[in-house]
Amino acid sequence: MNGETDRADGGAVNATDADRADLKLVAFLCNWCSYAGADMAGTSRMLQPSQVRIIRLPCTGRMDPLLVLKAFQEGADGVLVSGCHPGDCHYNDGNYYARRRLELLKRMLAVRGIEPERFQYTWVSASEGARWADVVQAFTTDIESLGRLGATVAGGGGG
Amino acid sequence: MRIGVFICECGTNIAATVMTQKVADAALALRDVYHSESIQYTCSDPGQRTVMAAVQKHNLDRVVIAACSPRMHETTFRRTVAKAGVNPFMMEMVNIREHCSWIHDDTDEATEKAIDLMAMGVAKVREEVPLFTSKVPVTSEVLVIGGGVAGIQAALDIADAGIPVTLVEREPTLGGNMARLDKTFPTLDCSSCILTPRMVEVKHNQDIRLIVNAEVEAVRGYIGNFEADIRKKATCVDEEKCTGCYICVEKCPSKAPDEFNAGVGESKAISIPLPQAVPLVASLRKEHCRRYIKGKCGVCEKVCPADAIDYEQEDRIFTDKFGAIVVATGYELFDWKTAYPNLGGGHYPDVITAMQYERMLSASGPTEGHIRRPSDGAEPRNIVFISCVGSRDESIGRPFCCNVGCMYLAKQAILTKEHIPDSQSYIFYMDMRAVGKDYEQFYRRAQRDAGAIYLRGRVGKIYPLDGKLMVMGADTLSGQQLEVAADLVVLATGFTASDGAAELAQRLNIPYDQFDFLSESHPKLRPVETTTGGIFLAGTCQGPKDIPDTVAQASAAAAKVIGLVSRDEMETSPMVAEVNHMRCIGCWKCIEVCPYKAIEKQKLRDGRQVAIIIESLCQGCGICNVACPPSVVSLRGYTDNQLISEVVEVLR
Repeated sequence: MNGETDRADGGAVNATDADRADLKLVAFLCNWCSYAGADMAGTSRMLQPSQVRIIRLPCTGRMDPLLVLKAFQEGADGVLVSGCHPGDCHYNDGNYYARRRLELLKRMLAVRGIEPERFQYTWVSASEGARWADVVQAFTTDIESLGRLGATVAGGGGG
Repeated sequence: MRIGVFICECGTNIAATVMTQKVADAALALRDVYHSESIQYTCSDPGQRTVMAAVQKHNLDRVVIAACSPRMHETTFRRTVAKAGVNPFMMEMVNIREHCSWIHDDTDEATEKAIDLMAMGVAKVREEVPLFTSKVPVTSEVLVIGGGVAGIQAALDIADAGIPVTLVEREPTLGGNMARLDKTFPTLDCSSCILTPRMVEVKHNQDIRLIVNAEVEAVRGYIGNFEADIRKKATCVDEEKCTGCYICVEKCPSKAPDEFNAGVGESKAISIPLPQAVPLVASLRKEHCRRYIKGKCGVCEKVCPADAIDYEQEDRIFTDKFGAIVVATGYELFDWKTAYPNLGGGHYPDVITAMQYERMLSASGPTEGHIRRPSDGAEPRNIVFISCVGSRDESIGRPFCCNVGCMYLAKQAILTKEHIPDSQSYIFYMDMRAVGKDYEQFYRRAQRDAGAIYLRGRVGKIYPLDGKLMVMGADTLSGQQLEVAADLVVLATGFTASDGAAELAQRLNIPYDQFDFLSESHPKLRPVETTTGGIFLAGTCQGPKDIPDTVAQASAAAAKVIGLVSRDEMETSPMVAEVNHMRCIGCWKCIEVCPYKAIEKQKLRDGRQVAIIIESLCQGCGICNVACPPSVVSLRGYTDNQLISEVVEVLR
């Protein structure tokens, strides 16, 4: 993926290497599945793009949708949440709460002028190191193709 | 506030990709950081001593360690800083190995990322407050649910450590499925000969209280302090008086299905499941009893020499406290009839299950060890066994292997040859799975010594012809379609979770999978624990397995339980939720979402009702933190401020 797409809406025109390196991506991972899956990707030395910064949560049930908005407001270009697969939550049903909350959030992002694709959530188990590496790659590529989040959106809220 | 930052080189594991000294230098530029250094191996003894010395020299009160995954060494470094006088929960680990040095090859990028991650750790640790573990007393008594071989093994092992056990069994006798088996693979040990002495040991062990005909109806509390309601169902027989003389069974005029014998033969409304039953006590099933159906009878009461029949008996509820619970509720066999109309769907009497065949093989079974066709009582010559009936079949939504079918069919083929020397066994199989100790040799023995013919393929159809059953199937090795004329067809039906397993799991608050098998906490490292502290799994309730694995798991669960309840008190994690009572509005959203029933209403002195967290029940998931409308429920260690400070720092 070169990410150098001409976009009609002017979001990212001919993104340069420097722009790509500057992308700020935040990922919230539950401790029991996805964080462990990311550990496993590391143990298996699966090379990944380096822009993602991981924040550890006990459970995606702790994932406050407001944290996603806060991240965008502070200048994140993409936010990713990853937890245990539905049915496998360490706390029985934390990820079901997360799914409802985050799905609703995803639909509301456009209202804030944020492309919904900038926010993604997924499920990666502790044994799916390869899947985590794929998720990071795909997520990074997606946000690269969207480019930096416009300064007007990031700065405008204040909320 | 004085923060110390330590960057681990992990030999070259980190240092090869991350310029650790540069990360350490960047740390010093951050507010409140008074010391930073790069250490070759931080987790090593000298490494830990370096951290402790720096903490003392620079009078640090918070520590950030950038090293491997916190899942690896968080506990290690909490202990390290605690030894140096820092509250162990004021240590934050940052993962620059699995999440950085091992997954990047560009040194500049990796170093930049490591600096970001380190700074996030510093931002988070700034928001930390000292936390203290609390201690709760531990009840020593243990509850074991299920009296099959797993529950028996666990109960005996626990009682051997001098710990009192209550063993609850739903059926009238101990023994479970294993008591129904004739012999066991691969040694051909007689199943009752090895199991019934263990059953008797349970009965005579002074530390075990056995409650049969009983179910666990409700469980409250938490690790070390459970409280369970156990319902003992009325059986119309006083267990204290009954001597197991069988007179009532002989005289009872009401016939009833023989569940213990898998429907081979008939039983009575009042019955004793097997001669070696423990306890050896009759029980009456009202749904089959003439007295309860037609309103008149009373034969058992008249003939009982011990005056043990009590038609007025009612269910009783026992409530007791337990420190730990072992779930050993076992399995049931898959009911194949609706799923496999092509195998006759139950319309041909001479198509039976392997468990029914097992009961025929048993000398103490309904046919006294004689193999008989159900249709005409004749001794069969050609016997066809079919593997994987309800196992490894995605078309009926059962993709898993039963783990024992291959071996028990090999066993039954060997036993068939012993019972009927001129018989011929045919075994349709998918793949041969003989993975235990001595299993492969046992399977070869079925072929070589018992002359069983193995045909690799699925059976397509069974149809009757001239008093025989024609079994049509594929032989995928020769690529031919075959037909075998069988006198008797035996189906190796797969395992299903025991009836009510999911409901019990819900009562216990433990997870279960899509097939209702109960889930262990971690498949490799916590195989007998559940995700709920103090509740352990043993045997086939967790998934299909054979007797050796079941017993090994039961002993493992017992060891875990003994370790837990041997202590007088236990530490609980302080990283749980807390409520700011001043600002709680009493909406109870937190109570609604809590998966552990760990939040209760409490009336304050000023009359307001607020939510309070029962810390020993809270597992620290944080769902309530997000649900709280005024944001006054807070998960310690992952507070809003901590997470926001990480977000703000990384995007600065």
